[in-house]
Amino acid sequence: MEVSFPVVANFEVTYHQYLNENSEVTHPFPSYMTPDVLRFLYKEMVLVRTFDTKAINLQRTGKMGTYPSILGQEAVSVAIGHAMLKEDVIAPYYRDQGLQLQRGITMVDIFRYWGGDERGSDFRHSREDFPICVPIATQCLHAAGIAKAFQYRKQPRVAVTTIGDGGTSKGDFYEALNLAGTWNLPLVFIVNNNQWAISVHRSNQTGTLTIAQKAIAGGFAGVQVDGNDVVAVRQVVGDALEKARHGHGPTLIEAITYRLGDHTTADDANRYRSKEEVQSAWTKEPILRLRNYLMAHEFWDNEREEKLIADCQAEVAQAVEDYIQTPRQTLGDIFDYTYETLPPVLAEQKAYASRFKEKAHHD
Amino acid sequence: MTEITLIEAITQALAYEMQLDDDVVVLGEDIGTNGGVFRATLGLLQKFGPDRVMDTPLAESMIAGAAIGMASQGLKPVAEFQFVGFIYPALDQIFSHAARMRNRTRGRLSCPMVARAPYGGGIHAPEHHSESPEAMFAHVPGLKVVIPSSPARAYGLLLAAIRDPDPVIYLEPSRIYRLVKQEVPNDGKALPIGRCFVSREGQDVTLISWGASLHETNKAADSLAKEGVRAEVIDVATISPLDIDTLLTSVEKTGRCVIIHEAPRTGGFGSEIAAQITDKALLSLLAPVQRVTGYDITMPYPKMEHHYLPTEDRIVDAVRTTLEYK
Repeated sequence: MEVSFPVVANFEVTYHQYLNENSEVTHPFPSYMTPDVLRFLYKEMVLVRTFDTKAINLQRTGKMGTYPSILGQEAVSVAIGHAMLKEDVIAPYYRDQGLQLQRGITMVDIFRYWGGDERGSDFRHSREDFPICVPIATQCLHAAGIAKAFQYRKQPRVAVTTIGDGGTSKGDFYEALNLAGTWNLPLVFIVNNNQWAISVHRSNQTGTLTIAQKAIAGGFAGVQVDGNDVVAVRQVVGDALEKARHGHGPTLIEAITYRLGDHTTADDANRYRSKEEVQSAWTKEPILRLRNYLMAHEFWDNEREEKLIADCQAEVAQAVEDYIQTPRQTLGDIFDYTYETLPPVLAEQKAYASRFKEKAHHD
Repeated sequence: MTEITLIEAITQALAYEMQLDDDVVVLGEDIGTNGGVFRATLGLLQKFGPDRVMDTPLAESMIAGAAIGMASQGLKPVAEFQFVGFIYPALDQIFSHAARMRNRTRGRLSCPMVARAPYGGGIHAPEHHSESPEAMFAHVPGLKVVIPSSPARAYGLLLAAIRDPDPVIYLEPSRIYRLVKQEVPNDGKALPIGRCFVSREGQDVTLISWGASLHETNKAADSLAKEGVRAEVIDVATISPLDIDTLLTSVEKTGRCVIIHEAPRTGGFGSEIAAQITDKALLSLLAPVQRVTGYDITMPYPKMEHHYLPTEDRIVDAVRTTLEYK
């Protein structure tokens, strides 16, 4: 084989937006984005926010553990879930409740998980999706492996992974980009660039001008999208999914958004960012942006809004009720899923633990 | 039937299972065209093609993480880590995900993968090529840790590891890759994981070891036999989950026990075995449990590694200590 050294090419990162922060159309909507679809996306975003508000409330009142609010990022999360096909698979990061709900993962599941119950990741309707990933960026490699399995079996399915801006500093993220490009995997990476990784601002996270350009090192396209524009996210994710599904490889999408809440309920963002900054971010948030558009075009009205709020609150209230009524796990459950078959050494420890179960402290 | 080495037995097991089951795939660095740096995957690329014999980019966390994703889809990936000293970048994936997937999804997803890695010293390799970190893996719930000591065990245990529904760390003692040859029928018969093997029966003392150290342990048993000391030798083979019953049965018979391993002494898996024997067979013991191990030092480079590795002399000395205990 003749040795040759290719000359470096030029690269481009494009930015996509359809509806700006003033609810003005900056690019014609795609044809599938009918009033019905827009209303659906709007309702789902409102449902996520209603759920999120209640989840924080459950933590504050001692009914649930530490919880990461998705406030401000509803558009990214809902749009991804809407664009994916049922047979696709997600390996998500931990702030993706909108995506999870779109996938059929229930509110009760999410409450249970953050309430400290492993059964919250035993999804009934989304059996192949990964549970949320806590260690940061490791999920990108799981998605790469899932994508490889699809490719090996010649299935027209796509793996999707989500991650925060902080996570893109980690090795596993880069290793996944590298593998995805090398193997031309049916894989879509979506970065929720919400400007803050707990207390570290995006500007202290990376020296790159964009996060999207990190895809160039993997050998494929990276694009930026206004993450508070649900129309744009839905379109860009849909394009990336179809590209992957037809064997044309991975895409990295940087969705630019803002974490309006604290990192989790255990965090106080006032320690590291100004109220002025947060107030300014509120003027760009995704739900009001779409509502103003819908109202202006008479696709929505106050009556529908009131009914939607009431419906969302009722649905969340029912989920809370079901969550509170969740029967406790048995002692056996903490042993029985370590291996498919309980080895003798664990059977012995399980029997020992059961001698003390009545007096073991629980809340 | 021709006799084969331990490394050839591994190749034979991989080829057998790949032939049998399309879900079995192998991945790792240099495992394709090159057949692996030790040649464990020799010929597999030609036989099964690049879709199933995947040369990966050079990134260990990636190898483990991708294997986890594949396994969640029902594939049975066998990942090669070139040396166990290079597996550390993958520990986050192995500990935080492979080991926990079944538990954290309450059985919805699982991780039927194998992580193979050459391990141990005595091959005059550069630094980071000779470590014995098996106890670290045995400490993590959800993993199984298997260490073959002969061509036949390597074949049967690797088949079992690939068929196992849970993640298996399969550590291959590189020092004995080509040390002995054995007839190994290519019959697809697996050996049980989680079972110790009594490889030599005796009445006077129990010698417990695994991996390459069994070679020195057997030599020690031979020379002790010439003095009239009948040693029972047990190959632990699976250190997690441990088959303590086989060990207890032997110690209850002999009353004396020496544990031999290459890994550092403090927190080595010998400590756990000694603790369980003390816990469950104290009154059978005629002497304290002895350990012959590596030292609590960084693995020496090749010029001094023979001072570190357990030798026949050190094993015989420990046996004498236990026999002379009053």
